[in-house]
Amino acid sequence: MDSDGLGSGGGQFRFLQCEVRGCWRPWLCFCYDLGCSRTSLPPSKAGSNLKRSMRKIGVFICHCGKNIAGAVDVERVAEALRSYPGVAYSIDYLYICSDPGQELIKEAIAKGDLDGVVVAACSPAMHEITFRRTVAAAGLNPYLCEVANIREQCSWVHRDDMERATLKATQIIETLVEKVRHDEPLLPLTMPIVRRALIIGGGIAGLQAASDIAAAGYEVILVEREERLGGRMAQLSSTYLNFDSTVDLLSEKIEAVTRNPHITVLTRAQVEELGGYLGDFKVTVRQQGNDEEYEVGAIVVATGYDLYPQERLSEYGGERYPDVIDGLEFERMLSPRGPTGGEIRCPSDGRVPQEVVFVQCAGSRDPERGVSYCSKICCMYTAKQAMIYKMQVPQGGAYIFYIDIRALGKGYEEFTQKAMEEHRVLYLRGKVSKVFPQDGKMMVWGADTLSGKRVEVAADLVVLATPMVPSAGAFELARKLRVATDEHGFFSEAHPKLRPVESLTAGVYLAGACQAPKDIPEAVAQGSAAAAKVLSLFSQEKITHDPIVAVVESELCAGCGICVEVCPYEAREIHPLTKIAVVKEVLCQGCGACLVACPNKASHLRNFAPAQIMAMIEALA
Amino acid sequence: MELREGAVKVGSPFLGLVNQRSGQLIQLCYHCHKCTAGCPVAFAMDYGPDRVLRMIQFGLKEEVLSSSGIWICASCYTCGTRCPNNIDIARVMDALRQIAVEEGVPVKERNVLLFHNLFLSILKRTGRMHEASLMGLYKLASRDLFSDLGIGLKMILKGKIPLLPSRIKWRDEMRDIFERNG
Amino acid sequence: MEFSYYPGCSLHATAVEYDRSTRAVFRRLGAELVELPDWNCCGASSAHSLNETLALALPARTLALAQKEGRDLVAPCAGCFNRLKTAEKVLREDPVKGGEIERVVGFKYEGGFEVRSPLDVIAKEIGLKPVKEEVKRPLEGLRLVSYYGCALVRPPEIVDFEDPEHPQLMDLLLEAVGATPLAWSYATECCGGSLSLTRADLAAALVRGLVTKAGEAGARGMVTACPLCQVTLEMRQDGEGMPIFYFTELLGVALGVEESKNWWGKHLIDPRPLLRTLDLGD
Repeated sequence: MDSDGLGSGGGQFRFLQCEVRGCWRPWLCFCYDLGCSRTSLPPSKAGSNLKRSMRKIGVFICHCGKNIAGAVDVERVAEALRSYPGVAYSIDYLYICSDPGQELIKEAIAKGDLDGVVVAACSPAMHEITFRRTVAAAGLNPYLCEVANIREQCSWVHRDDMERATLKATQIIETLVEKVRHDEPLLPLTMPIVRRALIIGGGIAGLQAASDIAAAGYEVILVEREERLGGRMAQLSSTYLNFDSTVDLLSEKIEAVTRNPHITVLTRAQVEELGGYLGDFKVTVRQQGNDEEYEVGAIVVATGYDLYPQERLSEYGGERYPDVIDGLEFERMLSPRGPTGGEIRCPSDGRVPQEVVFVQCAGSRDPERGVSYCSKICCMYTAKQAMIYKMQVPQGGAYIFYIDIRALGKGYEEFTQKAMEEHRVLYLRGKVSKVFPQDGKMMVWGADTLSGKRVEVAADLVVLATPMVPSAGAFELARKLRVATDEHGFFSEAHPKLRPVESLTAGVYLAGACQAPKDIPEAVAQGSAAAAKVLSLFSQEKITHDPIVAVVESELCAGCGICVEVCPYEAREIHPLTKIAVVKEVLCQGCGACLVACPNKASHLRNFAPAQIMAMIEALA
Repeated sequence: MELREGAVKVGSPFLGLVNQRSGQLIQLCYHCHKCTAGCPVAFAMDYGPDRVLRMIQFGLKEEVLSSSGIWICASCYTCGTRCPNNIDIARVMDALRQIAVEEGVPVKERNVLLFHNLFLSILKRTGRMHEASLMGLYKLASRDLFSDLGIGLKMILKGKIPLLPSRIKWRDEMRDIFERNG
Repeated sequence: MEFSYYPGCSLHATAVEYDRSTRAVFRRLGAELVELPDWNCCGASSAHSLNETLALALPARTLALAQKEGRDLVAPCAGCFNRLKTAEKVLREDPVKGGEIERVVGFKYEGGFEVRSPLDVIAKEIGLKPVKEEVKRPLEGLRLVSYYGCALVRPPEIVDFEDPEHPQLMDLLLEAVGATPLAWSYATECCGGSLSLTRADLAAALVRGLVTKAGEAGARGMVTACPLCQVTLEMRQDGEGMPIFYFTELLGVALGVEESKNWWGKHLIDPRPLLRTLDLGD
């Protein structure tokens, strides 16, 4: 049964009985498909919403050392707020975020029976979480605590006029007092977690992540596009630094994964569609024409890389001349099961090449071609390939044209030095201008900047070290997963320094070359790191979601559906029975697009109700 | 502070000046030498294109402006087309020539400058090139009358070198443009 | 089809056979070339070497003339084509510099027409198939290399003419008229044309290289689309003498243009001995 909100300040809030479980909700809710995951309101200092307009609000003004107090007369501000309606307690303090500062707040809540708190300090992005925790520890609902930014938005920009800065700080705090006056004591939403992981990509990063997650006892679904596991690593001959055979390194890993009862390996399969959210994704995997849906709680993207198409390197004759190949083609030639039985031969006529030229930076570090980045691994694998050639053809000549040598790992510098010292590979610093056929050989026109001379080599074979680019289809997959990509198409990490294996989409993690060029040890490390993130997610009881989400006024909603189109998170839909808009709260990110789009103003954000905003504006009048 | 023998003082407004005149960002050059590697006439230059750019970066104005490379450049644009940093080096060479003339620096390849000056002075008078005047005056001024005499005569006989110049109607405006933008 | 025509200074002088063959071929293929009235020199390499404003203003005035006529502009000389495209780009994309040039020349660039090379117009606009259908005397057995030179293909962002490393249009045209264009790797290597008079030694060295490579590829002649290249390749050759053709001359022969036999007398290296062995000279 409906009943009108009692003593409602703005006439916008109602009590409604939830159809699913019959609990009384202080706002509109049709939680038909989510399951009612909210508990009833805790008995809190907030009391009932009846006394909203008669709240007892505590104001705590931070000096922030000299950061605020140097430009704002905080004592005067505290004094001014003391006489503001609704403020029961107003004090200034040196550092409120400190332990004694937080104690101050807790004591004031207890002693003064406060049911609302405004902390006037730095930006909420800094300490809102801290203060809300403090307030919750004192028994007050954390969403009845607001932060007034009087540092970034006041003291830091008005250092030259203390009088006006003080007045502005006072006004800012007053608006937040008005907001708190009407705030609802919200509860975080909780969501279930499906403790099963999806790994997209069966290369070394994906295999590592799968092993680690399965080792903790959780289910893993590993989706691989090709018919075999192993990715690009399986296409290599051997690895630096020890020339270990990749077949040997991989076979154990692949064996372990395919044998593991917790891991379901789907080869020749691709992700078709994705719905849902962190903890409960619904994925459709298409395997040879058949679609199957899986429910997973976390996703690891490990789709790896392709090499830049060499035909775009027109002056080098990539794809035009058979004796010009790229790094991966060279590796394939070294495979004992390949067409040459593992021996290096000229593709044009099968002869043993006596002079091989390796061209580093063939397309990378080339802003003109759109690949401005360094592909990280080429200096290392070119040295390896040159040494393999010299070991096969000791009397042959190997030349490497480079611009810089980037040997950034453990033992890497010594490895490249070995190529120069032991194997007598000739390193020439200069970029090759043109490669073309002449008299049955490939003429290479390059330069050596260190001697200042132009260098020409009549090579039998030319190997181009082309850059790594994201693998085909990565962009489309990113769209499906709603994960951002950077200007080169690599998946974007959440923070370049501190969050390298997370994406900004909750529940989707990244590992390996799909995020940026890298070599095998780094891919393995990222695979394990992503697995650790997944395991820490799975180890939680439940996931919480910020409750500052959108809400629909059913009487005002005309069911036009504009808000559904506008929502970037697909968090809204028209209820099939009532034909009005409903918010899927766990998907809502509180961006506010639906508020603006609705022609009837039927939506608002919790604790950002129009009445609140108006009250804040009027406080300034 | 005294510099040691042979040491160079690095940095001067020269880089900025050349950047501005050529419309290129020479500081982007990372000296891969792809330009020199592909330049058809680098073998005849004292400083190849990559060297010239490096010297500009260091502000070695005198050396650059008095080099032969900047005049021998054939404007074939191979360098700029292949440069990974998209620097149009042929345009830099043009800018250097212009600066060299403006500053009165002794020009290493005098014949090249002579030719260009003659070309423009003929153009100023007629509006179209008059090969006969150009070749005749050039040969006289460069004191080299006989090297292409045979070819020249052959061409005249074949009617490929009109003896009378064609003057266009627009030539007065053209002369104004020359004068105002001298 | 009608086009405005900008011959440029050399086509009225040292490259007169290029002018005549271009006009004849266009006429035979049903396209009209209308010479721009009172056109001026584009400034060639001398202007851009010594004076940036002149280097843009001179070709810009030609563009002003072409704009008035309203038709696409065909410029057979690769050097002129390059300068015209450079000025066009500045006028289209650089409001500051373009505005200055407009003021100097005294006009407002509105566009509405393109600057084209005759290679591009014949191969793409008229089309290879129609050309093939008009062939009266296929150039069978004529083994040649296409030499595109520099100014026609570089810089790519200005001339917008095919892949600068591997252009194909001339080869396709020659093939369409029955000749045998051979594969070689020097089609876009500079001939030293701009140094032809001032450093004849350098031009000679470059020409020697090109002619040798053409010979090694099996060619009996070279085909160009640039008057400076053609003259330099003829003038600065030492040795037997490899004939240097303009592509329009060969098209003229293949299309049965009567006056083609009069063009050969203009060459410094007579191509008639070669052509007669294939019954194509007269």
